[in-house]
Amino acid sequence: MKEYTNSGSKDTRSGFGEAMHELGKTNPAVVVLCADLTPSMKLEAFAKDFPERFIQTGIAEANMICIAAGLTIGGKIPFTGTFANFSTGRVYDQIRQSVAYSDKNVKICASHAGITLGEDGATHQNMEDLGMMKMLPNMTVINPCDFNQTKAATLAIAQHKGPVYLRFGRPKVPNFTAPGQKFEIGKALVLNEGKDVSIFATGHLVWKALEACRLLEEQGISSEVIDIHTIKPLDEEAVLASVHKTGCVVTAEEHEMNGGLGDSIAQLLARKCPVPVEMVAVNDSFGESGTPEELLRKFGLDTPDVLKAVKAVLVRKRS
Amino acid sequence: MPTIEELQQISTQVRRDIIRMVNGAASGHPGGSLGVADFLTVLYFEIMRPDAAAFDMDGKQEDLFFLSNGHLAPAWYSVMARYGFFPVHELGTLRKLGSRLQGHPSPMDKLPGIRIASGSLGQGLSVSIGAAIAKKMNGDPHLIYTLCGDGELQEGQNWEALMFAPARKVDNLVAVVDYNGKQIDGPVDKVMPLGNLRAKFEAFGWEVTDMDGNNTREVLSVLNTVKTRTGKGKPNMIIMHTHMGCGVDFMMDNHEWHGVPPNNEQAAKALSQLQETLGDY
Repeated sequence: MKEYTNSGSKDTRSGFGEAMHELGKTNPAVVVLCADLTPSMKLEAFAKDFPERFIQTGIAEANMICIAAGLTIGGKIPFTGTFANFSTGRVYDQIRQSVAYSDKNVKICASHAGITLGEDGATHQNMEDLGMMKMLPNMTVINPCDFNQTKAATLAIAQHKGPVYLRFGRPKVPNFTAPGQKFEIGKALVLNEGKDVSIFATGHLVWKALEACRLLEEQGISSEVIDIHTIKPLDEEAVLASVHKTGCVVTAEEHEMNGGLGDSIAQLLARKCPVPVEMVAVNDSFGESGTPEELLRKFGLDTPDVLKAVKAVLVRKRS
Repeated sequence: MPTIEELQQISTQVRRDIIRMVNGAASGHPGGSLGVADFLTVLYFEIMRPDAAAFDMDGKQEDLFFLSNGHLAPAWYSVMARYGFFPVHELGTLRKLGSRLQGHPSPMDKLPGIRIASGSLGQGLSVSIGAAIAKKMNGDPHLIYTLCGDGELQEGQNWEALMFAPARKVDNLVAVVDYNGKQIDGPVDKVMPLGNLRAKFEAFGWEVTDMDGNNTREVLSVLNTVKTRTGKGKPNMIIMHTHMGCGVDFMMDNHEWHGVPPNNEQAAKALSQLQETLGDY
């Protein structure tokens, strides 16, 4: 398989923070709003160097989202920053009416998404966010896989007109995609070509999928690994092209099975190309406290779980 | 510039429009809409005087208005159509399939004059703060006006916004509360009392002014006075005292007309109390 090297583990939120600082320098229309989580969101550099374009709202996310919507009227490009939990469910109605339905150019940037938020536990581990956001018409939903890709995605959404939900996380994870890459919204990335099975992964689980791919190769199984960084709009063409070749699918994500990437892929395949699908995702359960790695293991989101799903889907494909 | 009498003629026609629109749609919210007809008429025809033909989403270099209590759309649509944002005959399409005049306002169908959706309550004050900050960032000296309902203040988000605006000195904002004391389930004071609103707003740091919202002369003079109080470090709040159903005797001050359309007989009775001044659509 194609080799991917971890150039040094980093948190994806820091990729976001670096990009925001860069945008502060290059795009005068960019405004940042933060609801009392500036250090956690890695927005300190932006806040320090561009105080006139940094709006501290206090712990008032509903107000923050609607202020952001108002700022677009006047040509600003507002980026809101808080955790995934407070970026979605807490403000769903505000996003629905003032951002999505009104088609406002607001970038909702959500850190600490998924189970790898870790020790804070289930109250903060949002694993429904992709589902909530992708259901909204007009909304683009992006979930990058590492530091470099998160940085590139952040820069790219500033150029995109329309509402965007950008999801990233807290823990340090392998950084393996190219620095300075060009990020194309809605364009799936084939990380490894294969013929026996398609593995569609998003976010932190992309690295796990690559680890699984390596192990599968040792066992003589050729897997195609595709990074679906844009959940919506889904790159249907890329998904179908891969599935026509392999004839079976494993999806992998740090999210509830209901409403996640697997759900989107299964919906597409049911309509266009029904094949066996196995899903590595959280199965209708809240999280709990623990370290990110412990939680990934316990909730079935680790490399062995991807392997297991591939084996299962290959059996189904053969029968 | 229109005279007081001309403004009153416009708001009377707006009231006729409201009755005919909600009767034609067999649904909608006549009560609150009738109550704010005078205010919206003065705001558009005398205070803001926007360039309707040059409408664009960014609204730079002009005053902007945001309706937070979107169910008052019939009044807003009528004032905008009468002002020249879109053809008056389109008022007859309210709430009908394919219309740009949705039950609650939306920019989706590109109806000139509308910049954001409203209907789910409690969001407009925050949106207005955002638009006001954008004006400041752009060095645009114009003002943001917004209207919300009194019952709407029961939504918690308003109090986040009420805290924010004075703290960040959003002094190019004029917020207006339609204080008619009525909401769907009954008098506001019974459903969930607001207490001493003036004291609450002042405690939060707003400059507060009372106004009789159904007296054209007073609306004009108070809005002009409040204008002189902008740009001085504090956001402005107007507690606008209105009558739900104002202009139609059997609807006046009756919360049951919040969201019920008049039937044909009731509409005819209502219209007999409102003189046709500018020609019906």
